[in-house]
Amino acid sequence: MSTLCVHRLHTGRADRTFSHYDGLYPGHIITTPFQKALLAVGSGVVALQDPYRHDMVAVLGETTGHLVLINLRDRMRNDPEGYTVLTERPKIRLSTLDLEKMASLPDGSFGREYLRFLEDNEVTPDSRAEVKFVDDEELAYVMLRYREVHDLMHTLLGMPTNMLGEVAVKWFEAAQTGLPMCALGALLGPLRLNTRRLQSLFTSLGPWALQNGWQARCVLSIFYERRWDQSLEELRRELKIQPPPVDFTKRRKNGR
Amino acid sequence: MAASMRLLVRQLARLSHRKVTSTVSGVSCRSACCWRTSSGRCFSDAAEDRSTHFGFETVSEAEKAKRVYKVFENVAQKYDVMNDAMSLGIHRLWKDVLLHVMHPQPGARLLDVAGGTGDIAVRFLDYVRYQLERQKRRDTPSGQGSSWQDISDDRRRESSAVVCDINKEMLKMGKQKADRMGVVSGLSWVVGDAEELPFDDDQFDIYTIAFGIRNVTRMDQALQEALRVLKPGGRFMCLEFSKVTNPVLARLYDAYSFQVIPVLGEVIAGDWKSYQYLVESIRKFPNQQEFKGMMEDAGFYCVQHHDLTGGVVALHSGFKL
Repeated sequence: MSTLCVHRLHTGRADRTFSHYDGLYPGHIITTPFQKALLAVGSGVVALQDPYRHDMVAVLGETTGHLVLINLRDRMRNDPEGYTVLTERPKIRLSTLDLEKMASLPDGSFGREYLRFLEDNEVTPDSRAEVKFVDDEELAYVMLRYREVHDLMHTLLGMPTNMLGEVAVKWFEAAQTGLPMCALGALLGPLRLNTRRLQSLFTSLGPWALQNGWQARCVLSIFYERRWDQSLEELRRELKIQPPPVDFTKRRKNGR
Repeated sequence: MAASMRLLVRQLARLSHRKVTSTVSGVSCRSACCWRTSSGRCFSDAAEDRSTHFGFETVSEAEKAKRVYKVFENVAQKYDVMNDAMSLGIHRLWKDVLLHVMHPQPGARLLDVAGGTGDIAVRFLDYVRYQLERQKRRDTPSGQGSSWQDISDDRRRESSAVVCDINKEMLKMGKQKADRMGVVSGLSWVVGDAEELPFDDDQFDIYTIAFGIRNVTRMDQALQEALRVLKPGGRFMCLEFSKVTNPVLARLYDAYSFQVIPVLGEVIAGDWKSYQYLVESIRKFPNQQEFKGMMEDAGFYCVQHHDLTGGVVALHSGFKL
């Protein structure tokens, strides 16, 4: 609310060097290249020390992903469904999801399984950090969409939100998108896994994630909001994603 | 001649103003808790119309108070860590210098306004306790225990420090820190507004405000309140970021402030905007001479200022006579 009050007093002021309220989009913070570099290093260090600082992982992604975001945006433009996503700009938020309808969908449908994933892991789609340091409005949307789609990736790949599941999804995303932050997460994430999980990662999960990442269709180009009632298996086939080699749904979730 | 006339006029103005404010504050509250009463806040409607600065932005005065409160509510948890990171630990030296210049004696009563996490108050208590022990060691030859006279002298010379801050989150962090450090006796924590202090007149020997006065909406009011609550002969001391005169240092300082500090804020505290506000508010604060003038206008005498770290920080001192 107070930000809105500020705007009313503030319209017409385009000439300020340190405009930190509303650059190109709400939440945009204008930064110099030096600041971006500093942010990249700082957020990298902190994210490594404390992977649960999701805001730092987000900042790392934004400050290092410019070229890749352009590439992703172009891939979306060249795909008919992706183009629709770019123009209509859907957002996955609790306020935009019809949870009752999704709960009533049959088991095995994409929407039902996504809801199950949210409940089992006690996460919400609203916990994504907003985009701050991307200096282009459309690319900022691509970044946001990538973040929102991350949870859907968990569902599509059947991965839980523990460290092993997150690393597996990161390997998939690194292969799919080429975002430096994903690659970094993919390389350094395993450092925090115990031996048994490392083994699982390198022998079965990892190669499967990489393989699927390379061969799958661009996951950002799918209009997920219109496919809730589609069967998960069918959606996987369409995206060329094979089911996971390990079934996590029957195991007890370890929690975050 | 003109100078002494000015002083006389100021004194008269101060005396008449004091009558007004002491009546108002007498009515409003005498307890440790300070809530704005309708009698004390007849200016609140005007505050909506008057504009002031919030960093480089222009906002209404009422808006500024709210936004500053929000900033410190957000940063309270990481406040001390950020201070160390931003100043590379030098803020500790600045605060130590304040204490050395203050040179408080046992029995002094300190009011630390915008005291937040209690750095000054804790240092003050440590300092006077050390002074007391030194005195005792000097006065009592070794081997003798303390006499009845000594014990009653101690009671009379017991110093106290009151930390007053408008922000409850900051006070909470400060109290937790003091408890952890084992500093409890002689220290009290009071919620209060620097522009309208919940204390009677002529209460304190020393009033300090360290890195807080630039966040106050009406600095002139805060200075008048400081004058009011000080005892005659009491000292006002203010540590605040100020103007760097050396042009080379100024360029480096500006570059560091605007390029690095908000990044540190984002990385350590997850809050870019609060630290952007911080560096902007430093630029909006009056320079050393201007602030000295403000203190003299409020009625302080023997106003002096010392620059620390090339003017990055200035220590202002004045007396109530």
